[in-house]
Amino acid sequence: MNGEVGAVKSGERAPQQGGKRQRPQANMVNVYIMGKRHVVPEHATIMRAIEYAGHQIIRGAGCREGFCGACGTIYRLPGDYKLHTGLACTTLVQEGMSLTQIPAVPMEKAIYDLEKLTPDVRTIEAVYPVTFRCVACNTCSKACPQGLPVMDYIQAAMRGDVAKVADLAFDCVACGLCALRCPAEIVQHKVGILAKRLTGRYLHKESKELAARLKEVASNKFDAEYEELMVMDKTSLSKLYYDRDMEP
Amino acid sequence: MYPDYLAGLLKEVDRTRPHRLGLAMSGQPVYPPMNAEERKDVLSKYHPDFAPGARRPVRIGPNKGEEITAEVAEMLEAHSMVEPKLMDIHLREPDYETDLLIIGGGGAGCWAAIEAARNGVKSMVVTKLRMGDANTMMSEGGMQAAVSATDSPTRHYLDAIGGGHFENKPELVRVLTEDGPGVVAELERLGVIWDKMEDGTMQVLHGGGTSRRRMVSCRDYIGAIIMRTLMDEVKNHPDMIAVREFEPAVELILDDNGHCAGAVLYSLDTEQFLTVKAKSTVITTGGFGRLHIRGFATTNHYGATGDGLVMAYRAGGKLAFMDSVQYHPTGAVFPEQIAGFLITEKIRGAGGQPLNKFGDLFVFPREPRDIESAAIIRECSSDRNNGIETYAGRAGVWLDSPIIDMIHGSGYTRHQFPGMCRQFDRFGIDIVKQPMLIYPSLHYQNGGIEINERCETNIPGLYVAGEASGGVHGRNRLMGNSVLDYNVFGRRAGQHASDYAKSATVGRLSLDHVRKHAEEMEAACIQTDLISPLILPSYTPEDVKIQQLARLGNVPARHSMLRNRFSPSERKTHLG
Repeated sequence: MNGEVGAVKSGERAPQQGGKRQRPQANMVNVYIMGKRHVVPEHATIMRAIEYAGHQIIRGAGCREGFCGACGTIYRLPGDYKLHTGLACTTLVQEGMSLTQIPAVPMEKAIYDLEKLTPDVRTIEAVYPVTFRCVACNTCSKACPQGLPVMDYIQAAMRGDVAKVADLAFDCVACGLCALRCPAEIVQHKVGILAKRLTGRYLHKESKELAARLKEVASNKFDAEYEELMVMDKTSLSKLYYDRDMEP
Repeated sequence: MYPDYLAGLLKEVDRTRPHRLGLAMSGQPVYPPMNAEERKDVLSKYHPDFAPGARRPVRIGPNKGEEITAEVAEMLEAHSMVEPKLMDIHLREPDYETDLLIIGGGGAGCWAAIEAARNGVKSMVVTKLRMGDANTMMSEGGMQAAVSATDSPTRHYLDAIGGGHFENKPELVRVLTEDGPGVVAELERLGVIWDKMEDGTMQVLHGGGTSRRRMVSCRDYIGAIIMRTLMDEVKNHPDMIAVREFEPAVELILDDNGHCAGAVLYSLDTEQFLTVKAKSTVITTGGFGRLHIRGFATTNHYGATGDGLVMAYRAGGKLAFMDSVQYHPTGAVFPEQIAGFLITEKIRGAGGQPLNKFGDLFVFPREPRDIESAAIIRECSSDRNNGIETYAGRAGVWLDSPIIDMIHGSGYTRHQFPGMCRQFDRFGIDIVKQPMLIYPSLHYQNGGIEINERCETNIPGLYVAGEASGGVHGRNRLMGNSVLDYNVFGRRAGQHASDYAKSATVGRLSLDHVRKHAEEMEAACIQTDLISPLILPSYTPEDVKIQQLARLGNVPARHSMLRNRFSPSERKTHLG
């Protein structure tokens, strides 16, 4: 690949192109963005590399910090048969990387009323029956840019262990790369969200403290204190504030 | 992995840790909190809001003559994307009609849609990127709500208004704090997984400026958990809530009575302008971190360009507290690839300590954010020179995270901070064993479009909720109060705006305010090629950007913004 006209040797300084595009600060590598070669700084994330090349990303960038799952990317490396997956915002480029972003993941979200569901295997069967097509190949886990044990949570879903699914899928960013790679066409991240909602709604004990506080608010317990605070002059309010005690 | 040149400094952190751990276990503050005078001093000398040129008077519009953040002034004094005359036919025959238009698909927008649906009113959510592409998604540490027995909503009120330097609108702080416990219960009913004790009691931690443990959390993914729950619920009601993604609003539409009556959208996919006619409108467009005010790196979402401010301002909406910007005390400094990334305040809530290059504490770790940030900037400034410098030319201070497991027990950090651990694991730094290097990062728009406790603005039919609004936090927001803000006010906006929609009648649609804005710019002799709202920032290298301007014979807003910022001499260099 480095033999191509205009390519840099990995780690070399950027070549001058047309006498203008010299950016000599960083060592450079060649990457292939949707098949086209660009010379980019070697320490760049995939997202920065795409922007460095001059693209304005519209689909394929979101929070830019690894939380939103907008920037799912697939890539190959020289001499490596594997199709790798990653988030563009947190994956670094490598020499010869050939990549493309996934602009959107086609997916049908099931419509349901959480109030009518139970946190067990019957719900998984009814809402996402495709879950049971799992062949335990583990492709989903290998594809997960968060490093989650996706197959394990799908297996837990098949057993109806909803709390386990929620725990294992907690850090899912819903990029959908697992679902795109799955040979059984399961929508893993959607199963994860369903299980999380079931867990929060049905499997955690209610807080007695919170229930008591809600009653206090409903019975207008704090009205008088609020009314006093809201009309207090700044000096008195400031004194009250700086003198307040701190819970350890 | 930290480079060798930092090894000696890391040893200093280890050296001082046993003493600092003793302080942390004593139950007393590990460093004396500042009094009112000390706060004032550090803010006026070191907070970026007080730097020369940080603010200037805005020359046109409802806040004319007021000092506001310079970058915001520039954005308000800019051209519209829309030529009103060319839109006439689309005003007569709108592309979409709905009862309630919600601009922005983050936490506040989703709540507004859910509440409207519960109130029997159909809505349409239009969003710049995807649903949930919002700062909501990125919040990590927690949400404040007075749920514990030792706490009370009025104590929360006192903490919040003191953190805001007693300038917040009292009626807004009251509903923020009084609605808090109800929000916790309501989110749980929708399926949010709170961190709880075995018996169901909410786990509560401290945040900066809290006098009671009040921070409820979902490990360090609170935003992702709440956002995905709300989005999932929105999508469970396709009969009541329509969603249009990649179609940001770029101007509001008024009717001939001066009431808000919808918006002009710009489809990023097809580059079409589309009109929506609506009986009432809610702006939930979030903040402005991507304006990179004063050149700061930001923790914010890609789309956080303050579009709502621009639209509302042109339509006559009044802004409040637009002279203050929040810098989060702990943005990442190293490695360079994640510079500016948010390090959650929950780290300090759990006992993490900021330290200078000698491994010494120099500030109470849980001051309100503006104070904590100013103190960190002071420590790194040439007045003290106690910062740690990286090869990339950035300076920062340590945030001692290994002390957290020593306080709470082994395994606590990995369970409570999976997101933070993952972020640093990628670069070979184990935050359970090594501290992080941090510096303040542009985080939050303290002010915004002025609202009352019903989320109403001075324009009938226009409601605002979340970060786009102004008044709730005064000039400084406390940690965990923005997550609460978008929940409390998103719900309220949905309720009140849908009530309004039930009885509202819409007159003839008009963009006269956009024409008037252009006339006012001309009368004020404002020369600019800036077009706003900005929609997206551009991170393309400047030489490429210059050449893009000729593209297709038009000037997309996002490129124009940046061209405006080049000095003539710079332009000359690039163009030869």
